[in-house]
Amino acid sequence: MTTTLEAASGYKPSRTLPLWAEVRRQASRRRTQLALGFMVLLPLIVLAAFEFGGGGRDDNDGNGGGAFSSMADLATSGGLNFALFGLAVSAGFLLVVVVALFFGDTVASEASWGSLRYLLAIPVPRARLLGVKLTVAAGYSLLALLLLVGTSLLVGTLRYGWSPMGSTIAAEIPPGEGLLRLLGICAYLATTLLVVAGLAFLLSVLTDAALGAVGGAVLLWILSSILDQIDALGGIRNGLPTHYTDAWMGLLSTPVQTEDLAKGAISAIVYATLFWGFAFYRFTRKDVTS
Amino acid sequence: MPDLTAGLRRALSRLPRRRVLPAAAALVVLAGAAVWAVRPTPDAWTTEDLRLAGADVELDARFYLPADRDGKVPAVLLAHGFGGSKESVRDDAESLAGRGYAVLTYTARGFGRSTGQIHLDSPDHEVKDAQKLLDWLAARPEVVTDGAGDPRVAAVGGSYGGALALLLAAQDQRVDAIVPQITWNDLNQALVPGGVFKKAWAGYFFGNGGASALGLMGGGRGQEQGDPACGRFAEDVCKAYLQMATTGIPDETTRALLLKSSPATVLDRIKAPTLLIQGAVDTLFPLSEADANAKGIAATGTPVRVAWFTGGHDGGAGPASDSDRLKFLTAQWLDHYLKGEGEAPGDDFTFSRVAGFSALDRGLVTNGYSTGSYPGLTGTGSTEITLQGRAQPIANPPNGNPGAISSMPGITSRLSSVLSGGVAMDVPGQHADFESAALTAPVEVAGAPAVRLRAASPTGEAILFVKLYDVDANGSATLSAGLVAPIRLTGLPADINAAQPVSVTLPAIVRQIEAGHTVRVTVATSDQAFLTPAQPATYTVAVEPALTLPTLTGTPIADPGSIWWYVLAGVIGVILLGLAVLLLISRIRHRRRDVAVVEEHADTPLVVNGLRKAYGDGFVAVQEIGFTVERGQVVGLLGPNGAGKTTTLRVLMGLTQPTAGEIYVFGHRLVPGAPILSRVGALVEGPGFLPHLSGAENLRAYWQATGRPWADARFEEALEIAGLGDSVHRKTRKYSHGMRQRLAIAQAMLGLPELLVLDEPTDGLDPPQIAEMRRVLQRYATDGRAVLVSSHLLAEVEQTCTHAVVVNKGRIVASGPVSDIVGDSPSVQLDVSDVPAATRILQDLGVASVKTEGASGLIVDMNGTARSEVVASLVEAGIGVDRLVPRRRLEDAFLSLVGDNSRGSGDR
Repeated sequence: MTTTLEAASGYKPSRTLPLWAEVRRQASRRRTQLALGFMVLLPLIVLAAFEFGGGGRDDNDGNGGGAFSSMADLATSGGLNFALFGLAVSAGFLLVVVVALFFGDTVASEASWGSLRYLLAIPVPRARLLGVKLTVAAGYSLLALLLLVGTSLLVGTLRYGWSPMGSTIAAEIPPGEGLLRLLGICAYLATTLLVVAGLAFLLSVLTDAALGAVGGAVLLWILSSILDQIDALGGIRNGLPTHYTDAWMGLLSTPVQTEDLAKGAISAIVYATLFWGFAFYRFTRKDVTS
Repeated sequence: MPDLTAGLRRALSRLPRRRVLPAAAALVVLAGAAVWAVRPTPDAWTTEDLRLAGADVELDARFYLPADRDGKVPAVLLAHGFGGSKESVRDDAESLAGRGYAVLTYTARGFGRSTGQIHLDSPDHEVKDAQKLLDWLAARPEVVTDGAGDPRVAAVGGSYGGALALLLAAQDQRVDAIVPQITWNDLNQALVPGGVFKKAWAGYFFGNGGASALGLMGGGRGQEQGDPACGRFAEDVCKAYLQMATTGIPDETTRALLLKSSPATVLDRIKAPTLLIQGAVDTLFPLSEADANAKGIAATGTPVRVAWFTGGHDGGAGPASDSDRLKFLTAQWLDHYLKGEGEAPGDDFTFSRVAGFSALDRGLVTNGYSTGSYPGLTGTGSTEITLQGRAQPIANPPNGNPGAISSMPGITSRLSSVLSGGVAMDVPGQHADFESAALTAPVEVAGAPAVRLRAASPTGEAILFVKLYDVDANGSATLSAGLVAPIRLTGLPADINAAQPVSVTLPAIVRQIEAGHTVRVTVATSDQAFLTPAQPATYTVAVEPALTLPTLTGTPIADPGSIWWYVLAGVIGVILLGLAVLLLISRIRHRRRDVAVVEEHADTPLVVNGLRKAYGDGFVAVQEIGFTVERGQVVGLLGPNGAGKTTTLRVLMGLTQPTAGEIYVFGHRLVPGAPILSRVGALVEGPGFLPHLSGAENLRAYWQATGRPWADARFEEALEIAGLGDSVHRKTRKYSHGMRQRLAIAQAMLGLPELLVLDEPTDGLDPPQIAEMRRVLQRYATDGRAVLVSSHLLAEVEQTCTHAVVVNKGRIVASGPVSDIVGDSPSVQLDVSDVPAATRILQDLGVASVKTEGASGLIVDMNGTARSEVVASLVEAGIGVDRLVPRRRLEDAFLSLVGDNSRGSGDR
């Protein structure tokens, strides 16, 4: 045993906390399993509601209201529309909570269990720890999104068939292109959710209370959504992280309306970079007291 | 939820004071930004409400002046549409005033609070009023003049106001530029196209003019009590309407009156540069009206520019992209011809075409296009489409009821439904369809399609409505903009075979007919927007196969929105670049870091030098601590709670940054995350496990996180030390405190690190386990390994450790081999019956010091006096000695610093 070794045999900073190890750490957690399971379950619940609810078709003529009701009316017209409906009902809140859960819980829960200090004492370099945690959280969030869309698409297509993506106001979109649009919507939603991801991750680094990080991110997201409803705020609303969350509807238009998508992506990426940047800055310097 | 709020509260309360200030500053900045965003902005203009004299009426007017003008400014006379008032052009007036124009808006005679009657833009009345307003403008000191009584002025207006602009420019050469929008060329043509009375629109407007008399609009003092049938219409206008609406065919007087109110006859007198803006979704004044105006004005060499947009009397202002374009064109036109700013606008032509629907605002999406010059209504090319269909009989319903629907006059907000054909409807039996085969390529139609038809009628006459539908693959038909071509045919034979073909020019449309769609020409007998014969009849119609579609391919006007994608690419680029720079810097730093091994410590597991840790809030947890752990030693870090032991260990694990001092492990400088930490195993501040994993899984997960080979873990040995038996496969959340503690020690020993650091290792263990742990630790420190144990229990250190370091209040008070300091100390502890007497006697004996402890205890520094002598002296003096305990050095050191706190810190 040579004593001048800089590290124990086999230790390499870049090999600590392998991605796969972190994936397994999270996979064994009940909340991960529940969150992912619910993504599969939700389309089935929606399908069951459409099948057995019955009442949904009656008020078609009555209100003929907003974009949402038209989406609900069309949801049973084909697998693509069913998946679109699933996305539309989840985009506002469910996906936000799930993403906040994956990103907000990841560091804070280790801190609250006390296992964070042992990871740092291995030592897993702090930046690597955050990088791995971030990557795995992003992977799980993406998996959740894809599970939701994939399951809806699958059960919707099995039940309602493979037909063009319809809309009450825009022209029908052929199935092949419809699928591309659906993927585009997923990609845009994933991009806007970067804001939640950034915020939750930052809070996760700042606090030891996992629920505080998740709840805080969702809370701020809701707050931003409320502020966005207030017209009196004028131009300041364009800077709110939730201002462009509905821009994915531009992908349902013919031709696609991409201006807001670009703006939304810029907003989300800038916010996420700021949040993550601050999270890294803070975590690599702070005293871990938990 | 309680968990959540508690968590937040905890997180908040943890905010140290130094973070409160920046947080407050950020809050103030945010609040400031919010206030700034909603602050009331001062208007860029000032207004003045006036009553101005018209030709023989009083006009309700408002004069806008730019707030920050220097010197005189050119003026704009802004006229409103039919049924409106000076209020209805307020937005435009404010925007023009904001651009530096003096704007005069007024309510035309017969409307709102202006007096007088409606003469339909008559040159003798409304136009003369406008001339009076020009006189007034010339007299205003703020307005630039071109000569005495000649203001620098443009006339701008839509519909009713647009015709006024044209007529004014023809009648008064002082006007320097005009921008007439969605207006007519010839009212005869507009109201009685093809000889068929446009009853819906005419009635709508007549109703509007009449309504103001009944006080429904305006309700001002300018009202004059009038004929209930005519409202505020002038008598001749009213008569003309009544005549036309009754018979459906205007007589000579009516035609003359309408012609007088039409720019058509005076176009050659217009010398003011003209920007004509016309809407493609306009069944009242279709594109052909602007086309006639443009041709007439341009004929005399006056500069004319034409722009079409997707809107109009049916379509409203159109999508934002269109209104932005029109605003730009108007501003460019005025800026050049009034202010002399900017290049002379060319005569290039811009138009827009519906591209689809936006799900965002449920509105239309249009694409803008431009061509080098105005092509008129015939396009720059044409496509021949072959129609199929036999001659068919169609019935004319009596009084036009039920009638087909093409447009809904007066409803301007439903642009999308008008364009998507949601309104159009034909009545079965009343129409004949002639359809083409599916198009093989898309056709970009822009202009008036032409078709020839033959008709036969038993009465010799027929009123027919010819329309062009775009039919998609699913069979849903769209009547573009709701436009139809009405024709009144006379002298028809009763037999279709004898009928001569008649050319029909359909209304000009702007539309792309997609490949795969078919084109359908429908000939109908009724339309609710028009007056049709009261007598039922059955006609026979046949459409010639050739349909000519004028085509126009424009250059797309770049969508300003696409710039954002470049911005996005730029943002991502900057972020990636920043990331790359950061990585590079950290790589360089990593390479330059101090990797030198301090030779003198190279074989020493741990050297701590002058360690100090002060927290941000001023609390100093560790004043100065320095000690050494050599190979083979089990060193005890002994001290009461709060002495700084745990802080020292935390710095040692790289969890906390020291304020000063350094730590060397085998000669390597230890900083947070230093690789040398991999040679240290640790238990700091209690165990930390993933509660949802079993003990064994936890150890495995931990070792996986190290990234080191599995064989190096010595997993079985560690499990043996943990001694958990089968419980090792239970989830750790079900473990007792002691089980967790043992598992944590096992985890620290995974891989048999050369230096083992354990914080209060016996916490929670029962006595046999403590004894076992002592043996384990002592055994561990063989083979050149070393152990550092912290504890607040004297006995534990004494029994386990080879060396001890005693700390209190962040400083070292004693250190050395336990065997050295465990030996007898010069002091004893006495329990006596009479403390004061005993103290006196002991002092007489010449001991170094006597301290009382508790009610009956005394600590005596013997200073060489034999213990037997002390006892003998005390007993001799009649003082009962209950107990005499020789003290040990370590205890001395420990207790002397711990003092009265010993009880508190000892019993936990």
